[in-house]
Amino acid sequence: MALQKVVIVGATSAIAYEAAQCMAAQGAELFLVGRNPAKLETIAADLKVRGAQRVETFLLDVNEVARHQAMLDAAVAAFGWLDGLLIAHGTLGDQRKCELSVEETLREFQTNALSVIALLTLAANYFEQRGRGCIAVLSSVAGDRGRPSNYVYGAAKGAVSIFLQGLRARLAKHGVAVVTIKPGLVDTPMTAHLRKGLLFSSARRVGRGVYRAMQQGRPVVYLPGYWRLIMLVIRLIPERVFQRLSL
Amino acid sequence: MLSTQAIPQSWGRYPRVKPARVVPIYWRDQVPDLQTLPGPLLAYGYGRSYGDSCLNENGTVLAVSHLRRFLAFDEEQGLLRCEAGVSLAEILDLIVPRGWFLPVSPGTKFVSVGGAIANDIHGKNHHKAGTFGCHVTRFELLRSNGERLICSPTENRELFEATIGGLGLTGLILWAEFRLKRIHNPYIDMERIRYDSLEEFMELCAESDEQYEYTVAWVDCLASGSKLGRGIFMRGNHNESPEYARKPLPRKLPLAVPVDLPSFTLNTLTLKIFNTLYDHSQLQKRVFKVIPYEPFFYPLDSIHDWNRMYGRRGFFQYQCVVPYEQGYDVMKEILQRISRSGQGSFLAVLKKFGEVRSPGLLSFPRPGLTLALDFANQGPKTLRLFDELDALVRESGGALYPAKDARMHGEDFKRFFPRWQEFMRYVDPKFSSSFWRRMALVPAREQSTAVEV
Ligand SMILES: Cc1cc2nc3c(=O)[nH]c(=O)nc-3n(C[C@H](O)[C@H](O)[C@H](O)COP(=O)(O)OP(=O)(O)OC[C@H]3O[C@@H](n4cnc5c(N)ncnc54)[C@H](O)[C@@H]3O)c2cc1C
Ligand SMILES: NC(=O)c1ccc[n+]([C@@H]2O[C@H](COP(=O)([O-])OP(=O)(O)OC[C@H]3O[C@@H](n4cnc5c(N)ncnc54)[C@H](OP(=O)(O)O)[C@@H]3O)[C@@H](O)[C@H]2O)c1
Repeated sequence: MALQKVVIVGATSAIAYEAAQCMAAQGAELFLVGRNPAKLETIAADLKVRGAQRVETFLLDVNEVARHQAMLDAAVAAFGWLDGLLIAHGTLGDQRKCELSVEETLREFQTNALSVIALLTLAANYFEQRGRGCIAVLSSVAGDRGRPSNYVYGAAKGAVSIFLQGLRARLAKHGVAVVTIKPGLVDTPMTAHLRKGLLFSSARRVGRGVYRAMQQGRPVVYLPGYWRLIMLVIRLIPERVFQRLSL
Repeated sequence: MLSTQAIPQSWGRYPRVKPARVVPIYWRDQVPDLQTLPGPLLAYGYGRSYGDSCLNENGTVLAVSHLRRFLAFDEEQGLLRCEAGVSLAEILDLIVPRGWFLPVSPGTKFVSVGGAIANDIHGKNHHKAGTFGCHVTRFELLRSNGERLICSPTENRELFEATIGGLGLTGLILWAEFRLKRIHNPYIDMERIRYDSLEEFMELCAESDEQYEYTVAWVDCLASGSKLGRGIFMRGNHNESPEYARKPLPRKLPLAVPVDLPSFTLNTLTLKIFNTLYDHSQLQKRVFKVIPYEPFFYPLDSIHDWNRMYGRRGFFQYQCVVPYEQGYDVMKEILQRISRSGQGSFLAVLKKFGEVRSPGLLSFPRPGLTLALDFANQGPKTLRLFDELDALVRESGGALYPAKDARMHGEDFKRFFPRWQEFMRYVDPKFSSSFWRRMALVPAREQSTAVEV
């Protein structure tokens, strides 16, 4: 699939940046959306050097849902049409804080689920009408099963995964690929505070996987691939047993 | 790929020391406050230094491998600006298809731009191009007091010169700009010449220095007597034919050494066999070939983590330079000692450095012959041999390369780097390394006051 004109929301994410490099190397036009102007400029300059034909930036806090349509309109106005959308933003909130605060829990849900669903609602209509293209979202293996250590984040990612499942079936008829990406543990700023064990992968490896999955229009990809097996096993553990595991 | 919180090690995997913490730096404008981070601080690139100059036992390591973005590339002038954690490998991927090449290439492409500056690295073209630092036009340096300084030959010149070859001690380099070299295609016209003695090596250097951009020799360190110094001389230039510009480069998957091999796999016997094979694989005296740049510059990069072949005890690299005047005799003596010791490795590289001066205060390369080779860590026996070799290097007025060192003596460092006191003025008070503490440098004045107290 041609990925010549792509919008990347959460473009300053380490994983999205790696995927964007692959697109830039192919001479793509990239519309980078994020909330931090200095970071966006850094990424934009880099992608230009790496070969992107054109790079535009758009400042947006994804929780300003009212501005989503304006953002998409700006992208279409800039490039004429869009081949792809990659949604990458996310926060790995503090689970304990969420347990102690409704506000905190809802904020995490807002960023990781609702903002994504809002964007998808608008983008789906654009791509449905256009009759081609690819929508990819960074969900997570955490959405496959609720765990005590991160079920707020996990539930938000799970909601996104289910939403994408339905959307995929709807848009398949219109020639639009919807790609659910479930990374395992990735060494990025989001996980800077975690101890890096053997299960950690580099952002580069995962970002390249994202690019390939988008090119091929795959439905659901685990990155790296072995996480499919790990999550299969984790999902098969009976609830009683699961409760006693400290995961 | 290096996980940021993996324990930083050096390439020789000796010494095995741990920092108190590793702080990954993700964005140039969001560096944690160096003033409040517990010291001593030291930047860490990809750990391709062999000894302890990239280590900071019990200190704070600033991991810069995430600072990996390009800032600007002037394709007309061949001027590249990028963050300090960008690797030479990544630069090559970008610039080679566009007709540019690195001004200076070390023996591996997995080093960062920051590391290339901090050790003022050299390559096979030293006799023509000097060191990496000779091609740096400017960089930004973050000092622990929060100052961000643009350093160039005209702006903050002293810090510019101190930071080139400054072993990471003058602060954190955030980005750098340097000049590239024009090429016509990614291929090298290479000639390999089997030679039988050190005399012949010297003749080949004299004959090749003018007309060849790149020269280096692989030496059989176990050969002795009349064969002493024998090896294979390699020289090359960038290919200029348009025909090769259209030829796609072969893509090979790198091999990897997945686990630490027991160290006996590299005993003298295997080394002898390796060396002899190397020598006989080349029955003709001269071979001319056009080859892609990668096997020419980075033959070892095709085996990832080859340093693990030396097992858990790690290994040393010994790299010295001896000035031209005594070069020939001293090098002969050094090779004799190594050959007699039977401890040498298959990786022995001999090269003639040229006269091009680096701006760096502590730069290692200087006119003369440089020899580099690996030694399995056999404890005191190996260290004793090094002390013997040191004496020869010292007497000749030569030097050892800190990037490869895990054991040189502080007193020698002062002799090898006579501008060390001048350098000390520019060291960031909060930066230090295991190497630097091992050198235990005390300026003469402070020494005397210490005595008075
Ligand atoms: C197989 C092999 C072949 C080699 N061949 C050569 C050769 O031909 N010629 C040669 O000169 N060297 C050679 N080297 C050595 C290597 O080029 C140097 O040690 C180089 O500095 C390693 O870069 P690095 O990014 O891994 O830095 P590290 O080893 O991680 O660090 C090296 C030094 O750079 C400092 N540093 C790193 N980043 C920064 C920064 N952003 N700001 C400030 N200081 C920083 C560190 O503090 C440390 O002092 C070789 C090494 C290997 C493994
Ligand atoms: N790292 C992992 O182990 C892992 C595993 C599974 C899934 N994921 C998912 O992968 C995606 C990318 O994460 P990453 O690992 O690459 O981490 P990252 O580098 O920290 O990226 C997260 C990005 O989200 C952006 N963001 C957060 N809140 C935002 C908001 N309100 N408005 C706009 N942008 C916002 C951040 O912007 P700022 O730069 O401005 O802060 C940042 O660019 C996330 O969806 C994450 O959940 C990651």
